[in-house]
Amino acid sequence: MNDSVTFSSTGDVTVTQTAFRKALLDPQQDVPEGLTNPDGQHADKRFSVYRNNVAHGLSEAMLTGFPVLAKLVGDEFFREMAKVYLRIHPPASPLMMHYGAALPGFLESFPGTLHLKYLPDVARLELALRRAYHAADALPIDPTLLTRLDQPALMRARLHMSPACEVLITKWPAKAIWDYNMKDGPQPTGGAENILISRVGFDPVAERLPQGGAPFVRSLIKGRSFGTALGLATADTPDFDLTETLSVLIATHAITGADKPD
Amino acid sequence: MRDVQHDNSLPIGAGVGYKPQHFAALTDDPGSVSWLEIHAENFMGDGGRPLAQLRHLAERFPISVHGVGLSIGGEERLDPEHLARLKKLTDWLNPAMFSEHLAWSTHDGAFLNDLLPLPYTAETLSRVTAHIDQLQDHLGRKMLLENPSSYLAFVGSTWSEPDFLREIARRTGCGLLLDVNNVFVSATNLEFDPRAYIDAYPLDLVEEFHLAGHDEDADELGRKLLIDSHGRPVDEPVWTLFDHVIARAGARPALVEWDNDVPEWDVLEAEAARATQHMKPALAAAVSA
Repeated sequence: MNDSVTFSSTGDVTVTQTAFRKALLDPQQDVPEGLTNPDGQHADKRFSVYRNNVAHGLSEAMLTGFPVLAKLVGDEFFREMAKVYLRIHPPASPLMMHYGAALPGFLESFPGTLHLKYLPDVARLELALRRAYHAADALPIDPTLLTRLDQPALMRARLHMSPACEVLITKWPAKAIWDYNMKDGPQPTGGAENILISRVGFDPVAERLPQGGAPFVRSLIKGRSFGTALGLATADTPDFDLTETLSVLIATHAITGADKPD
Repeated sequence: MRDVQHDNSLPIGAGVGYKPQHFAALTDDPGSVSWLEIHAENFMGDGGRPLAQLRHLAERFPISVHGVGLSIGGEERLDPEHLARLKKLTDWLNPAMFSEHLAWSTHDGAFLNDLLPLPYTAETLSRVTAHIDQLQDHLGRKMLLENPSSYLAFVGSTWSEPDFLREIARRTGCGLLLDVNNVFVSATNLEFDPRAYIDAYPLDLVEEFHLAGHDEDADELGRKLLIDSHGRPVDEPVWTLFDHVIARAGARPALVEWDNDVPEWDVLEAEAARATQHMKPALAAAVSA
């Protein structure tokens, strides 16, 4: 194979992976010296196979990972945008399931989508749903365990939250936009949302929380007592709707257990 | 994790690369498919449906774990976090096989999601060898190393690919995974004789075959350029080359890979049935011997 070809190249033929990587992600860069076709000639088109593989593979992975964003801007536009993104933010690990974590920030300043100010919030929601899909398994709590606690005991209790559970505070109605595009929901209206992300069985879910729900759930996730979380929520929102918040948490299997108060 | 009646090795028959969309059809009737390959990196989440499906499949099928992200051919050290993830997966699953690629994919903080080529030199030989030693020690198991598909040549290479692979296996004790489509793709692109490659290949070290489809393109000089796309049926000349391999090496666990434009289960199963069919004479000879 190699010994059947005589090369006429002069100089250093070592192709470093630094040079390879640079040229791979930047089509403006020259193809590194030392790479050839079978006749020892420059192999630009052959190098572009790798360029295409990388760009195509990563942009398709993003398309799969952000279905609502792709629907909002169109697949073709999304792919072109992904090709800009991947050059600035190539994956930091081989776990492609989480690729695109920097997309919300990227969208804040990407000239092509500046007028679509809700896109970063939609990207945050899609990332959170993906995290929930791959989160550790946990069984929901039997809700009667909570209702059986008297008021002082409930206030002292620490709830265990599902590993899939997290909260987003968005400026735009990201959940309504998601529903409109994925579930034929009503035309999105309104503004900021507190969104709970969790998982029922193996299916990620997102539900809107009442105002004050975000600080409440976040402090539960941090392991604060129920009473401390409630104090934070009412400081944020004096008429915080605890009943509605709890019913969302129960319905989305966000609570998985409770430490018996001391 | 599989029950004890299972012999923990891949059967000498056909397997397919597992795709979640085939879960129901495959568990209902696997047909000629006797084992499955998974891409390690798709099962490195903490839980959820992927791991639940894998747990279920592992009770019924021998599983081969195929890594696509370790960057064994990389200039940099192996990523300790990724090694730990591989260890966690293989300890939990106790797969029948583990394999990775003679390629690199990570450099300077970026995972490029492709199997990138390296020159075959004294320097890369010692680096790849050290990485495989480290991996096998870390996992506590033997691995198979897969030959790549190539689109270009390195001026700096001083080893032929079969010799390079043989020497790596000799130094590390790893086995080899012979991807027959990759041989055909590289032979077309770099204009060598694929049969001569097979004849030079250390077939006694091969413990598994891969088969896949490729796309056809051309370079700027109009020369045929095959792309290892895994998005089509196995091409006829690759089946012919597979026959040549079997005639020399005998039958092995043989995998059909189909990763893009994934077809219905029946189409993939038919490809696996064809792989089994091609190995039948060798299997019969082995039984009567």
